[in-house]
Amino acid sequence: MTSPSAQRGQTRDSSALRNLAKARIFWPLVTLALLLLFNLVTNPAFFSITVRDGHLYGSLIDILNRASPLMIIAMGLTLVIATHGIDISVGAVVAISGAVAATMIGGQLVLEGGMKDVTLYPLPAVIAVSLAVAMLLGMWNGLLVSYFGMQPIIATLILLVTGRGLAQLITGGQIITIYYSPYYFIGNGFVAGIPFSLFIVAAVLGVLLLLTRKTALGLFIEAVGINPVAARFSGVRARAITFWVYAFCGLCAGIAGLIVSSNVKSADGNNAGLLFELDAILAVVLGGTSLGGGRFTLTGGVLGALIIQTLTTTIYAAGVAPEVTLVVKAGVVFLVSILQSDKVRNRLASLGRPREALS
Amino acid sequence: MNHVKAAPAAELPLLIPPRPKLRLDPRYLPLTVTLGLFVAMFGAGSYAFDGFFSLQVFLNLFIDNSFLVITAIGMTFVIISGGIDLSVGSVIALTTMVLAALVENQGWSPALAIPLVLIMGAAIGFIQGFVIHFFELQPFIVTLAGMFLARGLCYLISINSIAITHSFFTEVSAIRFPLPFDSSISINVVIALAVFAGALYLAHYTRFGRTIYAMGGNEQSALLMGLPVARTKILTYTFSGFCSALAGVSFTFYMLSGYGLHAQGMEMDAIAAAVIGGTLLTGGSGYIAGTLAGVLIYGTIQTLIMFEGSLSSWWTKIVIGLLLLVFCLFQKVFERLTQRRGAARPA
Repeated sequence: MTSPSAQRGQTRDSSALRNLAKARIFWPLVTLALLLLFNLVTNPAFFSITVRDGHLYGSLIDILNRASPLMIIAMGLTLVIATHGIDISVGAVVAISGAVAATMIGGQLVLEGGMKDVTLYPLPAVIAVSLAVAMLLGMWNGLLVSYFGMQPIIATLILLVTGRGLAQLITGGQIITIYYSPYYFIGNGFVAGIPFSLFIVAAVLGVLLLLTRKTALGLFIEAVGINPVAARFSGVRARAITFWVYAFCGLCAGIAGLIVSSNVKSADGNNAGLLFELDAILAVVLGGTSLGGGRFTLTGGVLGALIIQTLTTTIYAAGVAPEVTLVVKAGVVFLVSILQSDKVRNRLASLGRPREALS
Repeated sequence: MNHVKAAPAAELPLLIPPRPKLRLDPRYLPLTVTLGLFVAMFGAGSYAFDGFFSLQVFLNLFIDNSFLVITAIGMTFVIISGGIDLSVGSVIALTTMVLAALVENQGWSPALAIPLVLIMGAAIGFIQGFVIHFFELQPFIVTLAGMFLARGLCYLISINSIAITHSFFTEVSAIRFPLPFDSSISINVVIALAVFAGALYLAHYTRFGRTIYAMGGNEQSALLMGLPVARTKILTYTFSGFCSALAGVSFTFYMLSGYGLHAQGMEMDAIAAAVIGGTLLTGGSGYIAGTLAGVLIYGTIQTLIMFEGSLSSWWTKIVIGLLLLVFCLFQKVFERLTQRRGAARPA
């Protein structure tokens, strides 16, 4: 944390705000750095990146690649949580969007001197329809929350319960294997040596940062999260913002669904995106966005997703049984949420710097 | 909002225009709708399928869902208190796992192992309640962590299923209490009904129960009224943890195995049962009896799909989701109606 005197030109208020914004990203960064350091000590080969066939390979690239669905979902969820909401249906939407895509491609294996690419519909149509379905599901959540005034957790619980059933309905209860290699590119392709899914992440992050930082949208979302009624009275279209935030979260889950199904080359209505909602919430919380709404950091959500994936990879790499991951995750959630609680924060703040106990 | 104290029925005609005498108290409307829905569904099944209308089919709803009854009752208390407990499913799994590991692998006596897992479940609930209360954290996130923890602990014990062959468990699971018309119930049903009776007493006839309702209605005013909010909140989660562990024990009798994947998604089923039973997720209002009706509806949907034969199991999820939606919307409308009536009263 930089000392306030470093920014002498600013007024005291804005420098305090700046410190706060920095502090938000600060802890996730420290966590990630500690994890990476641990890896560096225990496994020196962790940071080595090799080039094979013009593609980058290595643990770090692997972590980035595997974390990409979660990073995208975490961004959508960050916005939802910023409006003081929650979306626990993202896992189900991941399953549905993958199911739609796999069903539209068809899942027949045709051998003609090697595997022949078969698809019932052209790829752009497949992608467009899957994403549209995912966004519609998000809009459905948004409708229930913003226009019917339903509690977000219940509104999305309905989709969580129904969604897996719908996904199985679409796939007919089967795991549909995809035999269409252009589709694999989404989750497994490389552009300029870098996994293609990372470009998707970067694109989503870029658009969101542009929208929330360069326009007033970010401020509106925060206003809705702090007090929707007050926001409405001050001219913010609170309902519309809530609605579109959920719609966007659905879209994000849809994109993640495409990446996941393309990565494993199949769609499984029952298990695709299982417990994703929990990982995504964990990512957002780890990233420093408070579940109380009002303040959010998109980069924090992305970092949170990276922390989770690094943690998982570290546990695997350290030779610990993969079963331990859940216990470790639980410990992390407990610790982080306790550290995030107002009580602990206030006490820490009053211990260290009594004058800045505002946060 | 808060229905802790029943308004004397005699005063009602003074406040609202006179209506037909047999008018239902609006507080019981959600419960009545739920019961009516159950009767309608069971009736439809009896009409459509031969052999559906029998006492045994009805009792099977209890036999196959007794653990859900127990879990959902604990969940109902938590929801009425204004919280939520997402850890129930994994606590059930952990209970089956610990029980199986202790009895089968360690050779413990079930007389020792069963009380131990019950204490363990209650302890998990206690810790969650403690953290929720003292760190002022959202119940949602704390019990989510509890969910991860309990599932993780299952896999630490074993990633495989442990079959239970101990004579106590096989014998207990085979017990059938005969009832008239060639029907019978299992011991799980007896446990579930005992929990149900205890919960009815606890919710409606004790200070603890009233405090839970008051707390769910408005925690701040409950605190100002001098009610023991801290103790009650922690005890509510402890009770839910205990119920989950008890459900886990009854699940072990049902499945005769311990497995980390047991009861996956059970928390959602329990929440759905409570909501369909008329419990408001905002807290402060709900009935234990409604939750039982909710579980029965859940069981009826499964039985209907089973009798139908051509429908797949995922239709259960879709129908439950739709029912959840309908009931939530119904509650919203109902809430708005009662609010309007309440607002109109002083004028």
